[in-house]
Amino acid sequence: MKIGVVVFPGSNCDHDCEHVFKDVLGQYVEMIWHKETLLAGLDAIVIPGGFSYGDYLRTGAIARFSPVMGAVKEFAQKGGLVIGICNGFQILLEAGLLPGAMLRNRSLHFICKDVHVRVENAATPFTNACHPGQVLKIPIAHADGNYYTDPVTLAGLKANAQVVFRYCDADGRVTPEANPNGSLDNIAGIRNAEGNVLGLMPHPERCAESVLGNEDGKLIFLSMLESLKKNKKPLKMVEA
Amino acid sequence: MALESVPMTKDLIAQHNLTDDEYKKIVEILGREPNLTELGMFSVMWSEHCSYKSSRVHLRKLPTTGPRVVQGPGENAGAVDIGDGLCVVFKMESHNHPSFIEPYQGAATGVGGILRDVFTMGARPIALLDSLRFGGLDTAKNRHLMKGVVAGIAGYGNCMGVPTVGGEVRFDDIYSLNPLVNAFCLGIAHKDKIFRGTAAGVGNPVIYFGSKTGRDGIHGATMASDSFDDESEQKRPTVQVGDPFQEKLLLEACLELMAGDLLVGIQDMGAAGLTSSSCEMASRAGNGIELDLTHVPRREPGMTPYELMLSESQERMLMVAKAGKEEECIRICRKWDLDVAVVGKVTGDGMLRVLDRGKVVAEIPAKALADDGPRYERPYSPPAYQDMLTNLNYDAIADVKDANAALLSLLESPTIASKRWVYEQYDHMVRTNTMVRPGSDAAVVRIKGTNKAVAMTVDCNGRYCLLHPYEGARLAVAEAARNLVCSGAEPIGLTDCLNFGNPERPDIMWQFVLAIEGMKDACEHFKIPIVSGNVSFYNETNGLSIYPTPMLGMVGLIEEAERAMTQWFREDGDAVLLLGKSRDDLGGSEYLKVVHHREQGSPPFLSLETEKALQDFILRVIREGLVQSAHDCSDGGLAVALAESCVSAPGVRRGAVVRLPLDSLRRDALLFGESQSRAILSVKPDVAETLLNRAWDAGIPAAKIGTVGGDRLVIDVEKGRWSDGCRIDLPLEQVHDRWANAIERVLGDT
Repeated sequence: MKIGVVVFPGSNCDHDCEHVFKDVLGQYVEMIWHKETLLAGLDAIVIPGGFSYGDYLRTGAIARFSPVMGAVKEFAQKGGLVIGICNGFQILLEAGLLPGAMLRNRSLHFICKDVHVRVENAATPFTNACHPGQVLKIPIAHADGNYYTDPVTLAGLKANAQVVFRYCDADGRVTPEANPNGSLDNIAGIRNAEGNVLGLMPHPERCAESVLGNEDGKLIFLSMLESLKKNKKPLKMVEA
Repeated sequence: MALESVPMTKDLIAQHNLTDDEYKKIVEILGREPNLTELGMFSVMWSEHCSYKSSRVHLRKLPTTGPRVVQGPGENAGAVDIGDGLCVVFKMESHNHPSFIEPYQGAATGVGGILRDVFTMGARPIALLDSLRFGGLDTAKNRHLMKGVVAGIAGYGNCMGVPTVGGEVRFDDIYSLNPLVNAFCLGIAHKDKIFRGTAAGVGNPVIYFGSKTGRDGIHGATMASDSFDDESEQKRPTVQVGDPFQEKLLLEACLELMAGDLLVGIQDMGAAGLTSSSCEMASRAGNGIELDLTHVPRREPGMTPYELMLSESQERMLMVAKAGKEEECIRICRKWDLDVAVVGKVTGDGMLRVLDRGKVVAEIPAKALADDGPRYERPYSPPAYQDMLTNLNYDAIADVKDANAALLSLLESPTIASKRWVYEQYDHMVRTNTMVRPGSDAAVVRIKGTNKAVAMTVDCNGRYCLLHPYEGARLAVAEAARNLVCSGAEPIGLTDCLNFGNPERPDIMWQFVLAIEGMKDACEHFKIPIVSGNVSFYNETNGLSIYPTPMLGMVGLIEEAERAMTQWFREDGDAVLLLGKSRDDLGGSEYLKVVHHREQGSPPFLSLETEKALQDFILRVIREGLVQSAHDCSDGGLAVALAESCVSAPGVRRGAVVRLPLDSLRRDALLFGESQSRAILSVKPDVAETLLNRAWDAGIPAAKIGTVGGDRLVIDVEKGRWSDGCRIDLPLEQVHDRWANAIERVLGDT
């Protein structure tokens, strides 16, 4: 498969995502500079974590205006798989590809640690290698991961099974104590209504190799490859 | 030559922290009086911070060579060969003074500076560590300083995408008015693609890139070469303001520039900004540089040559490109949205000549500025109070009765307690190399594309150094090496950051000279070269000096990454072994401080031969795959080390039942004394005996002292020759809670 990893000024998990897809999973990876407007022949797009534009103004608020985002939107509208991790999730929210917004963590601190998330929907292209309710241990690393949205949108997310991951304890219980950042309804990751765009705060690329002591994150990338293989249809060049 | 003329008064010279003799030397070098700009340039380059004028004669004694050394001291950072055509590039630097004045920005720019030192060498930074010292957390000011410093380190490092994988934080009231912030950075470079700060090739263009120059940080280097008093907070404008986003762009631009065949030399603009980067590059190559300030990108209009040459605005670099490659360099900088301008050229006359709108505003031999600064052999003698510190009558100190209570108070002493509150604010996993996260003896990162991993630790017990600077420095080297060895790594190099008081005081200079001797002897014995470093003097406020704190950052190599070792117990039923001999070593211990409120006595005994034998043995058996966990015994002694092995694993706790013979020791010395050359290993039960025999064969006292398992930590001390025994018996939950949450309880919601 050909995976595109978008590089904004200030992206810093771009190499990590490249490493997982290329060196761990043996896929072809293309790094996409944020000034590009043509996305040719890609099977999936990764918006990696980091501090795009230094998180100035608001996380993801400037990146959404980058030239590449027009092409990403078009790619998503045509059904292409897009995954936004951490800052990538924040950018997808700002760009309107996913609903809601991020607030400062409840503690007001940056938090970097392992958390547990429960797979709430295992029927997505990003989770089909997991079983429903499976608990994954994945690290978070963010200051603004406190997901928020209005009650109507939240109801919609729930009704359409768009909540893909919730923070939980090691046994899969979704409790206030297991919520690291104050996120609404313990939400750790959501998909769009169509199901081809996923945003999540945890970093699966940081736990996809045994040498790092944890491979839970690999399931998400394997799911993507699996669903791409099933639905492989050549994508034509997309113009922004 | 038209030089602006300002009369050189005594006041003006004194304001620039120059002595009369130093001023005379300047006049001699120039053959005339300097102008104001030149006076400013001399004052920063000849400051203690930049010139090492009090330390250089002693630093020369340190061992800096070895078969693996690719670059020793004198460059932006040191480099050590790790095989596979790669080397690790690392350095540690202090940012103490700015961090006291403005903790967030002071610490943030400290991280920024050390990162630049490393990537300037052509290395991609892959790990940061920090050594911090604060006063006790019982005052609001100290809590404010600690929160600000931690937030500053997090703010900068996290945004850069370089993980902060470890470090240490210690607390003592002596640091209340002068906290220490020492940042360590390690990067990876190709051995044959190391870049240096050299202005070779007459006619080559000198290119400025990065942020614009502003009026911030003017005289930062001079401030760092002065003591503090109550007015120091008014020096806030001399603290620079960091922009990690800009630095991230600078990093990527530098690595892209270095990937092409474009550069001759490159140096970051740290302390003394444009002045130091230009004169040092010129001096290293035996050349001169002509700078035209007209082209320097600036943040505000009306800046004088004096301000432009002395500004310490962050995130700026100076490179010497190959002639004809200017356009390509400029293109790459612009791609990363950086300011860039050709600001001068390399000349053959050895002069640093500065022009502003066609007019020469400064003209100084580059070598005179960079290398011919004053050197002092300052007098030194032990302080009068030294004997009072070391003489301690142990008979007057009652032996421990309630060992449970003593252990719990040690575990919640912030120096020993878990630093989780700190490191959870640092992204310690980005770049996906972190194999051993903060909280074990050393941090371990794998090196992608190889089978190898690198272990890193930062260490120094300032109290030991106060009680005996020579012993304290030896102990610091020994402990750093032991931490690495317990992580499965062979120590291969060292960087230092020597934090001391005012060198003009003979007692402080005595501490410095002895500490250097101690480091030298230990490093020579262990064959660990010192490849880079930094000296920070004048760490005192209102005449009260910090403890001598020669901080060490040590790097070790693990040839097979999967052999990386951690300090926590791994499996129930494993045998717990104690290697090394316990003595009556209570002097300078955390126990004496926490329980008896004394910071006195002689630091623990250290034999370099014994230490080396122990380390060689541990490394050998870890490499053979015989060890489940290894933990060095240091602060808080054996009992604390055992407790940490029980509760420090992420997410898991494992108890242990241990029995210790008291022999002729005191109970508190056995449990909490800080005897050196000891480690706790846990091993599978069936290899315990072989391992013990092999240890004795290697001359190392060794004993099986217990078994891993259960949900309690039980330590039975058997009756000895002079004293009764005692017992520690605590539920792990309580042990964990006291240790893991102590710092958060103090800092949590204030």
